[in-house]
Parts: sequence; structure tokens; C-alpha cells
Amino acid sequence: MTTPQENTVTLAAGGRERSAGAAAWPAPRRWVLAGAVAIAFVPPFVFHGFVIFQLTLVMIYGLAILGLNLLTGFNGQFSLGHGAFYGLGAYVTAIMMQRWGVAYYWTLPAAGGVCFAVGFLFGLPALRLQGLYLALATFALAVALPQLLKFHGVESWTGGVQGIVVDQPDAPAFLHIDADQWLYYFTLAVVLVMFAGAANLVKSRSGRAIMAIRDHPTAASAMGINAPLYKTLTFGVSAFYTGIAGALGALAVQFVAPDSFNFLLSISFLVGLIIGGMGSLPGCLFGGLFVLYVPNIAESVSRGLAGAVYGVIMLLVIFVMPSGAAGFTRLALARLSRSRNRQPPAQR
Amino acid sequence: MKQLTRRSIIAAAPAALALGVVPRPARAAKYAPGVTAKEIKIGNTCFYSGPASSYGTIGRAMAAYYKMVNDQGGVNGRMIDFISYDDAYSPPKTVEMTRKMVEQDHVFLDAGPLGTPTNSAIWHYMNQKKVPQLFVSTGASKWNDPKGHPWTIGWQPNYHMEGLLYAAFALKQQPSAKVGVLYQDDDFGKDYLRGVSDGLAKAHLKVVVAASYETTDTTVDSQVLAMKSAGCNVFMNTAIPKFAAQAIKKAAEIEWKPVHVLSSIGASVAATLKPAGFENAKGLVSDFYLKDPTDPQWKNDAGYKWWIGFMDKYYPKGDKTDAGNVYGPSNAATIVQVLKQCGEELTRENVMRQAANLHNFTLPMLLPGITINTSPSDFAPVKQVQMARFDGKAWRLFGPLLGSAVG
Repeated sequence: MTTPQENTVTLAAGGRERSAGAAAWPAPRRWVLAGAVAIAFVPPFVFHGFVIFQLTLVMIYGLAILGLNLLTGFNGQFSLGHGAFYGLGAYVTAIMMQRWGVAYYWTLPAAGGVCFAVGFLFGLPALRLQGLYLALATFALAVALPQLLKFHGVESWTGGVQGIVVDQPDAPAFLHIDADQWLYYFTLAVVLVMFAGAANLVKSRSGRAIMAIRDHPTAASAMGINAPLYKTLTFGVSAFYTGIAGALGALAVQFVAPDSFNFLLSISFLVGLIIGGMGSLPGCLFGGLFVLYVPNIAESVSRGLAGAVYGVIMLLVIFVMPSGAAGFTRLALARLSRSRNRQPPAQR
Repeated sequence: MKQLTRRSIIAAAPAALALGVVPRPARAAKYAPGVTAKEIKIGNTCFYSGPASSYGTIGRAMAAYYKMVNDQGGVNGRMIDFISYDDAYSPPKTVEMTRKMVEQDHVFLDAGPLGTPTNSAIWHYMNQKKVPQLFVSTGASKWNDPKGHPWTIGWQPNYHMEGLLYAAFALKQQPSAKVGVLYQDDDFGKDYLRGVSDGLAKAHLKVVVAASYETTDTTVDSQVLAMKSAGCNVFMNTAIPKFAAQAIKKAAEIEWKPVHVLSSIGASVAATLKPAGFENAKGLVSDFYLKDPTDPQWKNDAGYKWWIGFMDKYYPKGDKTDAGNVYGPSNAATIVQVLKQCGEELTRENVMRQAANLHNFTLPMLLPGITINTSPSDFAPVKQVQMARFDGKAWRLFGPLLGSAVG
């Protein structure tokens, strides 16, 4: 558990040099990060199983959205098909655990690996496609996956339309916690490592190359960046992240079926990404919160008009926070620190 | 500062973990969860939004039925509090909402949750938690598993059994049957196909053309043409109304006259036969267990009159041609019967005992003669159907009640 800590702390330190907007609050930011991680340990002692399950799902959706964010937010490639990678990851875990008897923790790297390979391969033809066309091509992935899973030839593996029931992993006996609590901490650990990895990637040399391609592909190529390689690799890494989220999702929901991974899932990831904020890492978790809770809120307002209420909430959020939750927070903080700086002018 | 933060978090983690060991106080166990002296709280999941939201009316019709029961004094003096959540036909959402109603709302039981993949997702959870998953609203055959899953029980005749019946019927008409099956490429369609195949296998025959469609297709013309050109003399039309109607029309157009069996899914007069044209539909055969609300032969039937009265008073917005509005209250009435039989012993164990103890229970909208029977080794409540032939105006029931004996 030390690694993610170190990474997040260095991220905060690194962030100070890079982003001008954050210059006024590097020290608070470090505390905010540490505080957020500390708070993340608390819920299993406060809430019952069901709420823990929901929060676990929030983290999992957040991780899936992070995968999409690496591709769309940082590299500028659109995808309407990340539900397919999520589903693929979930199926890899389910098949390995239930058909081959592999321990659940070993299935995560396998799910990520398979998704990386598929994502990378899909990225090759996708190189020829831009913007909306790429979005359509990836959408085809999302539409195709449920039918491929039902395909007769693979039914002995996938269970066809009946899906596969996944056993919930038990907590190690010495911890004396129940399976929901254990899965929460397991997910938290994975999510911390993955976010730290993403943070490091984004501020590395490769990360700058990835963003340069988004901002100006021609200029990026002129500077010697191998754009096709970086774009396909980003596709792979993005699928890797979403695939691992899918694997965790299979453990949490304890069931996979083709109907769980229809194209609406891909759309909800995109919604989560835009609401959370393109190109923001913490924004992904906000996106996860939105994806899980807002449909429930909409239903509790009005059952008959749940879809309409959902739409209204989405519109409101987009009007109030046009750059997502992350952009909104950044703006609010900047405004706060500006007014604080103005009051004691002699200080600086 | 950096050191301190990191260390303090790491130190806090096991301490926090240790706190979790403290057992939560147990609830007073006078009644089972969800039951008080005045109230029984029951849960349900249904599709009010999403791709299958047209089935949402089943949940609304159930709620209307429980309202009627409450207006008439409830069950043994207790009001029924029916909590129905939207799962949008998404299995992960079903797990979430079911856990919510079991762990947070503390419902007594799950009453008639809708859908095959959605019920599959909570199947193990309910049996692990020992919460009754009563009368699931799906025709898959796997719910009749009292040994493996003693907390789950089905309700309607399963598609596999219906497929077997269709095969048996076809073989009687055409001993050398060349069978073409039109089915939907998902769980219910494949269950039908499997049933028909298993039925034919008894006569050492095989399905000649198995043609699937997707709900997003525009027509099924090519599937019908393929069956005719393959020389099929039996057509098992197991499509949903829209496609079933197209297939009937197309078969008439190309003057293909096989033994034509329409599955119960597509057997609605209003939704299938009318658009297909009554002339084209003449001679079609299907099977029923509920009264089709669009069938004029029930106009003066006492059960039908009760249902119209119920719809007018408690669910006036409901569509009176929608079979889902017959299904909902029929399913809910079976739940109410189980609760009545439980008397004052409202425990989850007793609910399952009584659910497996229904004898000759009838409902207003079940076909005359069909009764609901269960036993500790039989978790398939409705297992009788009757064949019917369309005479150009209405379905005419014929032959004896057929049951799972065929299977």
C-alpha cells in the first residue's frame, strides 16, 4: 500500500511545477489528496453491505471512465465502445474463475492484458479514422459484443445468454471482515495503484507526447513523436484500464451476461467522462458517482418520467459546470484564492 | 510532513479495520424482516426504463393489485407495502436494487421480479441470504430447482416445455415433419428452439431451418423464404408480435401453407393477428394459460369481467389489450395467496413452505380448468396450457389441458 501513497504525493509535488493554475495551492492539494485517501478507508465501518457495494461500483465505474479519459481526454480519440472492453474484462475474469478455477486476483492482470491486446489491435485500423468516424467504429464494437458473447461457438465458455455466476471472493480469514468490505478494500487498492499509474503516465514524456497529439497532431509529428505508435498504444492502455474495471465489476456484481454490457453502458461511460471532466483524473470518480447515483435519484423523483428527470439533471450539470466537475472545482478554487490574495495585498 | 501523512494513514488502516470486528447489534426477532403487526413490506424489480420498458406495465399492474388488496383490508389485517425498483433490464442494476431492498429497506420477500438475465444475476444472492425470490416473472426453465435453489420459485409455464408441446403437436399432424423455427436471438428464443429440438429428437428428427432474428431487424421475410425453399412443412413461429405478424403475412403472400404453430409470446389477437390479417391467420395453432384480453370469446366470462372492473378502478391508465396487465395481477394474486396461507407465522422459511404448498389454486384470468399446484419437489406453479386454433375471428381452445407430463 506504500507505492500508491508515494506516487500520489509525488504527483502533487510535480503538479506544482507544471500547472500554472494550481500554483496558489500546492500544499493544500497534497493535504486534500491525503485526506481523500484517508476518508476512502472509512465507509466500510460506517455503512451496511449494500452501500459498500454501491461505493465499490462507483470506484469501478470511475476506473472505467479513467480508461476512456486516457483515450478521449488526453489523446483526443473518441470512443463509444468502451463498454465492450469493460465487458471483455468481466468475461475474462468470470471464465478464468468459474471455468478454470483460477484465483480472482490473478484474473485481473489477465483481463487487463487481453483488453490491452484487443485495444491495441483495434487501434491499428482506427488510425485511419478521425473524430466522429472513429466514434462510430467503436460504437460498432459496443453493439457487436453482446451478440458475440451469445454466439453458439463460444457458448461453452461464455454460458451464452444465461451468463456466468461468479463467486464473491472471501476476505482473508485474519482480517475478520465480510466479503463486501474486503472487495471494497481490494478495489480501493487496485484503483489507487491504477490512478497513480495514470498520474505518472500523464506527466511523463510519453504523456506529453500523448497530449501533444491531441492538441496538434501535425506539430507533434514534426517534433518527432511517432503518432501512430502513440495512438495505438494509448488505445491499448485505455482498454487495459477499462478491462481491469470490468474484471472488478464481475467480482462485485457476481454475475456476467451479455445483457449487462449493451451499448448503453458505453454511453454512460461517455456521460460520466464529460460530467466528470475531460482530461481530469479525480473527475473520473465524480463521473462514477454520477453514473451510479443519478439514475436512482431520477427514479425517486418520478418513476414515469425517470428518463426526462435524468435528462434535466444532466442538462443542469452541463450548464452549471460546462467543463465538468473538475473544471468547476478548478475555477472555484482559482476564484477563491484570487479574492483571498486581494484582501491582504502586502503579503506577497 | 510528507512522512507523517503517509505513516499516519498506514497506521490508521489496521486500526480502522479492527473497528469493523465489533458486531452490530442484532435486531429484535419478533417478526421476520419487513413484517410488523400492521404491515408486510415486499420488494420487486421491473423494467420501467431502458430497452424493454414496455414490460414496465407488469410492475404497475402488480402495484395496482396490491392497492386493491389493501383497500379490501389487506392480508390477515396487514397492509402490503409494495416497493418496486427500476432495473432498466440491466443485471448489475438488478443486483444493486435488490441488495438495496433486502439490506436497506428490509423487505420480507422479492415478489415477481421480472426478466431472465436480471433474475439470474440475483439468483445466488437470494439463496445465500435466504430471502424468498417468489414467482419470478420469466419463462426460463431453470427456476424449477428446489434442491439447488430452495429460495427461488418460478411461476409461468416455461418456454422449453412449450417447445416440447409444439413438437409433439407437429409430429401428430405431420409424422415426417420438416420443421422450420423462427426464433429471437436471445434467451427466450433459444429456450423455444431447444424445446422444439428436444421434442423432435424423440422421433429422431431435427430442425431443418433454424432462423433467428434480432429485435432491431426490419423484416423477417428472408427467414420465411428460406424455410419455404428448404421444403419445410411445419413452421414454428416463436417471434414477438411484430415479427410474428410479418411472418404470417409473408407466408400467405408466397402461398406457403405449412402446419403453422404460433408461440404464446406472439399469440395476441390485437398485436399479431389483426395486423397480419385475420384471413391469413386462419388455421394457426397456439397455446394459452391466461385469457387473452383481446379475445372476444371472454366478453361475458366472469373472470374477464372481474379483470375489467379491476383495471377500470385501480389501473385506468393501463392498456386493456396488453397481456402484461393480465400477467401482473395474476402473479401478484399468487403472492397474496402464499401470504394468506402463512397466517401468523410470517417467517421466510414458512413463505417457502407455503409457496411449495399450493393446491388447486385458481385465478380469474387463468384458462378454465388450469390450477396452480406446487410441492416441495415441484417449483413450477403454472404448468398446464391448452392448445387453440384461430378460426378467423377468435382462438378456439381444443383438446385436453396439456402439462409437464409431456416433458
